[in-house]
This record gives sequence, structure tokens and C-alpha cells, in this order.
Amino acid sequence: MKQVIVDPTDERVPIRRTLAARAGRIAGRVALLDIAKPRGDVLMNRLAERLAERVPGIEIRRYRKPTFTKPAPEELRRKIAEESDFVIEALAD
Amino acid sequence: MAEPAQTTTLPSFTLNDTAGGRHSFPTGRAALLCFVKEDCPTCGIAMPLLEAFHVAFGKHLDVLVIGQEAEGNRTLVARHSMTCPMLDDSALAVSFAYGFDSVPTVILADGRGGELRRFSGFVREDWKSLCEHMAEMTGATAPSIDWASLPQWRAGCGSKAVEPGIAERLEAQARGERMQARRIELGEGEDVFEFMFERGLTDGLPVVPPTPERVAWMLTGTRRDPREVIATVPPNLAPLTIEKVAVNAVMAGCRPEYLPVVIAALEAVCTDAFNIHGVMATTWGATPVIVVNGPIRHRLGMNMGIMALGYGSRPNATIGRAVKLVLRNVGGSRPGDIERSALGAIGKFTTCFAEWEERSPWEPLHVERGFRKEESVVTVFGLEAGSRQIADQTSRTARALVASLGLGLEACWHPKQHLAGEVLLVISPEHADTIARDEWSKAQVRDRIQEVTARPLRELLPDEECGEGIPLKAFGIKEPTPEQLEQRIPKFRSAENINIIVAGGEGGKFSAIFAGWVSGPMGSSSVSRRIEETP
Repeated sequence: MKQVIVDPTDERVPIRRTLAARAGRIAGRVALLDIAKPRGDVLMNRLAERLAERVPGIEIRRYRKPTFTKPAPEELRRKIAEESDFVIEALAD
Repeated sequence: MAEPAQTTTLPSFTLNDTAGGRHSFPTGRAALLCFVKEDCPTCGIAMPLLEAFHVAFGKHLDVLVIGQEAEGNRTLVARHSMTCPMLDDSALAVSFAYGFDSVPTVILADGRGGELRRFSGFVREDWKSLCEHMAEMTGATAPSIDWASLPQWRAGCGSKAVEPGIAERLEAQARGERMQARRIELGEGEDVFEFMFERGLTDGLPVVPPTPERVAWMLTGTRRDPREVIATVPPNLAPLTIEKVAVNAVMAGCRPEYLPVVIAALEAVCTDAFNIHGVMATTWGATPVIVVNGPIRHRLGMNMGIMALGYGSRPNATIGRAVKLVLRNVGGSRPGDIERSALGAIGKFTTCFAEWEERSPWEPLHVERGFRKEESVVTVFGLEAGSRQIADQTSRTARALVASLGLGLEACWHPKQHLAGEVLLVISPEHADTIARDEWSKAQVRDRIQEVTARPLRELLPDEECGEGIPLKAFGIKEPTPEQLEQRIPKFRSAENINIIVAGGEGGKFSAIFAGWVSGPMGSSSVSRRIEETP
């Protein structure tokens, strides 16, 4: 006799997300998102310095999550998407 | 004008008779239903009357005799030379749905299935008045029955639908009809335990296969509809139905009576205040620490004594495990995926226990939080996934003992991290007795802990000797004055952050702590929920 079990999962068909197309070069507006872990500012400051040296002409915009313990609020995600061409999200400690 | 009488609408059904005909109820005209079984002598008295009613009134109303055993039904038809339809309810689903305890049970219904009258057993006057009622309804001549030859009263027999074992099966079937989760059919000869491991559905230990029968049985533990959505579970933000809770509760090894606790715990866990997304995703090792209060502790046989925080108790072990399996299977929290604790801890399998309220000198946790003592309540804390013990075998006063507990609490997170959030202090009975002898309140215990753990700011600053600590900028200070450096900083932001309960064996001068994670609005706050009362 065939055994039957009840599905314990949320039954979502797995969706494979495709990555956004790679631009090949960095240009335009670059968002640096600090997730609000300690010393995130240290890491981000350094990243901003290095980017400015290596890719002159780009515009760097800084963002920060209210807390690292929760996903970024919808409003912040929308703002970053509207105002940036690239995002670097970084963890620090 | 008289108000029309309120009538109950009877469950509709379709059954076959012994001759193979199909009968659906309601029939569109008045009907007399009578549930019987062959080995009931009182049903034997009723059968000739039912046949007489069928002959006399059959042109105007339907007399449907409903038998509870397939073979017995045929016997009754032959024994009483019945021409009246005998419907087969040997599956007992209709008997169960009608909710009576004994046979014969007689129900007179109108054409839309509204119940007009009902009685059980054999009371001669009932049957006689029923006969007159039907004659009046139909305008047909009542059959000629020698009422005086019939006994005045005979008790009915137990309905087969309420026999032990059968009632539980019927209950499960009735609930099973409202289940809608996807069924997974295994291949021929496939090992169900290996299948569950391979599909990543377990926490690393074997699970009980959630067959439809077991899930239906689990659902008998709640009155709530299996389709009810009780929460949205992060990180996948998946809707959580009662049925999905039941599936995972089966897998965890729960009994149906535990289900309301699992449901309440998940409702608490999936709140914004609790922030389960963060509790699961943190690289620290946090988990929902589940504490149960109120009468349900005894009903479920929860452990609150020896080994309360350990293993060996089915409800303690499986309630906490069921919550974690739901977070994994429905919410999508899996180690290495969204669940990212660097080290984890064994408490991530399950952490659930009860407070020994009767052994505590204080109000129980749920009463402190505004519930009534006789309510059953679950409280969830987002804390370290494992307890740590504090020994004190020599203090004989509350003042001395609580100082020990405080020094033990100082290690939470890091000794140089102060202004901490919530922790849970589990005081053992022997320690509780020592504190109770001096009649200390919980508030006194909390204040004493804050007193002994407060440290001057200078001891808490990160330095070359120990890089962890609280940076000055956290206090908005650039260049500290000597007075500022001597300012004493309490271990906990607020004394209220020290949650206190009593549990554990009666021998052993040890208490235990669950250290915190990021606490409050920026992290996780403890949440309490009342547990559904089930009979």
C-alpha cells in the first residue's frame, strides 16, 4: 500500500530568482547600506574612500537600517531602489 | 400573531438502503428518521411501529429507518418483514453528525430538514403522541396499534457512534473533511523516515510521519477550524493555518491535548513585538524560550520539577519542538539559510517548560502579566538557546543568596555589557525557600540584583586588556569627567527586565538563567498569550 503524508511546509512552489543583469562597470549612483551593526560606519567609510579613489565620478549615497535585527523597512528599500543604480549592503562587528 | 418556532436545521446526508436505493435528506417533504441497531431489544419494539407509520403515512411523509450495522440492518429487515427503507449508516458518519447517545433515536423533521421533535428510547406516550402528530400533519388516518400491549417504558441502548475508540475515529474523520493541505504520496517501498530527512523536513532527529489519520487525530485537540490562518511566519511570511500547526505537531511527537499550547506559542512568536525573524536570523544563538502557566500544566503532565529545563518529558520536549518545526517548515528558517547562529546551542531543538506555581512564594508569571490564575497562558522569550546554572549552597539569607544570583547574571552576554534587556531567572525550590524565609518580594530580588551588579563606568569601557564593553559614545560622552567614570551603571536597563519564575527539583541549591538577546523594540520583547480551553 502506498504511504501518504500531509505536507508540513508552506507549499510554495520554489521560485528561482534570477540575478539582475551585471552592468560590467560601476557608474552613477552607488548606495552604501549600513545594517546598523557596531562599527558599520567604520567599514562603510572605508568602502566610500576606496570607491572614490578607484571609480572617480560616481555619486555615493549613504543609508542605514534602523536595527540590524529586522529586515529593512519597505520605505527604505523603496527609497534605495529609486535613488540608486548599485547597492552595497555590508555587515560589520 | 404567534412567532414561528425556531427550528434547528438537521445535517443533510445521502445513504443507500438495503435494497440498493439512494435516499437523500432533506427529502423535500416531512420525514421521520429513526436510528436503530440490531442487537438493541428496545429498537425491536420500535420496528413494527415504524413499519406501521410507513404504511399509514408514507404517501405524505418519508419514514427513514437508519441502521448502524450492515449485517444487522439486513437481519432487522427480514425479522420484521419491513417494506420501509432501511438506510445503511454502518460508517456511522450520519449517527455521529446527529450527536445522540442512544438508540432508538427518533426525529421528526419538516421538508427543509428543520427538527420538529426528537426523543430516544421507548416511552409509550412519546410514540403514541408522535403517531397523533403525524396523523394531524398528513391528514391521513392513524394506523391501528394496540398501544396497551406495548411496555410503558424501556431504556434505549448505546449508539455505536459513541462506543470507545469509535467516537474518536469518527471525530477525526469529521475534522479530516475540513483538511486542505497538500498530500504527498511516497513511492512504492520508499522509507518514510528517510524521505522526511531527505526532504529537509526534520530538525535532524526522526519525526513521526504526519499521515492524514494522525493529523486528523491531532486536530481533535482544538475546536478551531483547520483552515483558520493564525499567523504569518517570517522569514517566508507564509500564512500559518491550524492544520499546518497540527501537521508539524504530529511530526514533533505531540498529543492532541498539547495542540492549543503550540498554537498559542506560535501566535505569540509571530508578533512584531517578538520579532522571530531576528531571533532566528541572529548570529548569536537565540531561540523562543517557552514557559507555560496555569491549570493546563497539570492536565498535560508538564514537567516543572526535577529536570524541568532538561529532557524526558513528552509535553515539554514536543511542544517546543513543534514550534521550531513550524518555523522551519512553514517559515523557512533553516540553519545556514536564514537561521545563521555562529554556534547555536542544544536548546534550539526545543526549550519549553512549566512554572511550578505551587512551589513559588510569589505570584506566577502569568498573573504578574495581568492574567487570572485559573487561566492557562504561554509566554515566549527570545533568549539564549540554553540555560546556565548558578550554584549557591551556603547562603542562608535572601540578601546573600540573591547577591549570588546577581553575580551569576552578570555573565549574561558579557560581564562588561551592561544596560542589558530581558533575561529569565529560574529559581529552584530550595533557593526560593531561602528567599521566602526572609519574605522578600520579587521587586526586592530585582533591586538587589541591580545593586550588586552595578559597576562604575570606568570598569565597563573597552580597553587594551579587554576589548569588549560599552563605548563612551553610547552615553554621548567624548571626554569623561572623573565623576562620570565613577557613575554606577546597572546590569539591566530596567529591573523589570529580570523575569523570575520558580521551577526545578526540590533537592539542589542551584538556580538557572537564560541570558538575553537584543531586547525591546530594537530586538525581541517577551509575549504572553492565553491558551484555548478545551474540555
